[in-house]
Amino acid sequence: MDASPLPRNAAIAPAAPVIEARGVSLTFQTADGPVHALKDVDLSIGRGEFVSFIGPSGCGKTTFLRSIAALEAPTGGTLRVNGMAPDAARRARAYGYVFQAPGLYPWRTIAGNISLPLEIMGFSRAERAERIARVLDLVELSGFGAKFPWQLSGGMQQRASIARALAFDADILLMDEPFGALDEIVRDRLNEALLELWRKTGKTIGFVTHSIPEAVYLSTRIVVMSPRPGRITRVIESTLPAERPLDIRDTPEFIALAHEVREGLREGHAHD
Amino acid sequence: MIEAWRRAGRGNLVPILTVLLIIIGLWYLGAIRMNAQWERDQAARAGIELSLPELVSRTLSQDRPVLPAPHQVAEGLWQGVAGQAVTSRRSLVWHGWVTLSATLAGFAIGTAAGIVLAVGIVHSRAMDQSVMPWAVASQTVPILAIAPMVIVVLASIGVTGLLPKAIIAAWLSFFPVLVGMVKGLRTPDAMQLDQMRSWSAGRGRTFWHLRLPSSLPYLFASLKVAIAAALVGTIVGELPAGATAGLGARLLSGSYYGQTVQIWSALFAAAILAATLVAIVGLLERATLKRMGLAR
Repeated sequence: MDASPLPRNAAIAPAAPVIEARGVSLTFQTADGPVHALKDVDLSIGRGEFVSFIGPSGCGKTTFLRSIAALEAPTGGTLRVNGMAPDAARRARAYGYVFQAPGLYPWRTIAGNISLPLEIMGFSRAERAERIARVLDLVELSGFGAKFPWQLSGGMQQRASIARALAFDADILLMDEPFGALDEIVRDRLNEALLELWRKTGKTIGFVTHSIPEAVYLSTRIVVMSPRPGRITRVIESTLPAERPLDIRDTPEFIALAHEVREGLREGHAHD
Repeated sequence: MIEAWRRAGRGNLVPILTVLLIIIGLWYLGAIRMNAQWERDQAARAGIELSLPELVSRTLSQDRPVLPAPHQVAEGLWQGVAGQAVTSRRSLVWHGWVTLSATLAGFAIGTAAGIVLAVGIVHSRAMDQSVMPWAVASQTVPILAIAPMVIVVLASIGVTGLLPKAIIAAWLSFFPVLVGMVKGLRTPDAMQLDQMRSWSAGRGRTFWHLRLPSSLPYLFASLKVAIAAALVGTIVGELPAGATAGLGARLLSGSYYGQTVQIWSALFAAAILAATLVAIVGLLERATLKRMGLAR
């Protein structure tokens, strides 16, 4: 058993982090006064890491992920993605973003949906076809390209949306509660498939979740956050091996990690 | 198709026919009552006494009844459609075509204008604030007041025929398209728009790939209202300035000469035309939305 918490490709990673946040703050001005969605967040994520963000609503986990994706603009601190400002990184196709809902267009087939970002980015027809076939295979949806979204189950739709985020070869995959709306059994299967996909592709993944087992099962690092103001309270390095069958969740090591995350979450609530 | 009819028929045919029969029955009663006075006056002048059956049969076969009976209107309609050469000035087909062509032209202009304005309004806050109030104001002005002005002003610069009527039709039909399209183009939610941003899609791409397809259900609903409104606009445009062609002119000349059967025939021709146009838009809607996976 490989005891290393990092995947193989971490060895070839350069020293510079892929995502680096220093003192990132984000304050929304609302009618009821300022809301501190993020306050002094410091975090660096290395190439090939799988980092989960967990915490109660309002802790800023989604806001932080959206800031990395340049969907929100931090009001303080510096945030670099691949050494660039987030919006420059986006233009350089640094990341694919997977939302909570699949957001597939009903008037496009599965292949057509995956093709959409490629069309927008100006890939040639031949290259689009080649990439669509490749990512469909990656999420195990080969043969479903010609189907329409409504012909697929919820889990399959979310897999198609992951394929779409992978199609343009971004190194970073940002996922905002991608399996939050799915039932437990489907979720387990997708978690397994996601780990498999991460091992195969060596992407850097940022993953927002509400679920402690999900965070522990997937991550190399778990970032526990807490609200008012949104901040990081604990960063937990996973001691689990890279190879993770589903029943690893019954091992003492897994249970100990889950306990640590729960402790971290409780800590954040201590003064509530 | 036949199966669908049969299924619909089992549940709905009886109530539909009942309502139809009640309407026709009331119409006959109304015709008898409203036309009776004239028959009684005539009889009194001639010094004869009318029995009730005689009175009833006379009220239903007058040349210029106050209210023509359903069978008279049906006959007038049939005469107007099938009893004339289609090129005849007495043919409802010919008049209907004159009205239809202006309606379609106006509908096309109105739809185009509505869509263009909606696109502007959705993309520009300034346009939202400056155009929308005028669009609303344009619809509060009675079309009966506007129509003659448009006809007269355009005639004075030498524009007559189809175009002035089409402009009045467009005046009425652009508004529902505008309102529907503004709503439709704004239906994509924050997540869908963020998704587009995450692919660095500009406004143009977002419009073409997301906003426009999402708006189509709203567009079609608006088009149904717009095409009926275009027909009304065209007919109103045919009323003033003594137009000689079109269903509106048919209504007007009927009222000049007390030809009530002619008026009612033209009215029914217009109603049938409107229903047909709306049904055609409805078919296009069903086919398109089904193809796009948007049918509900």
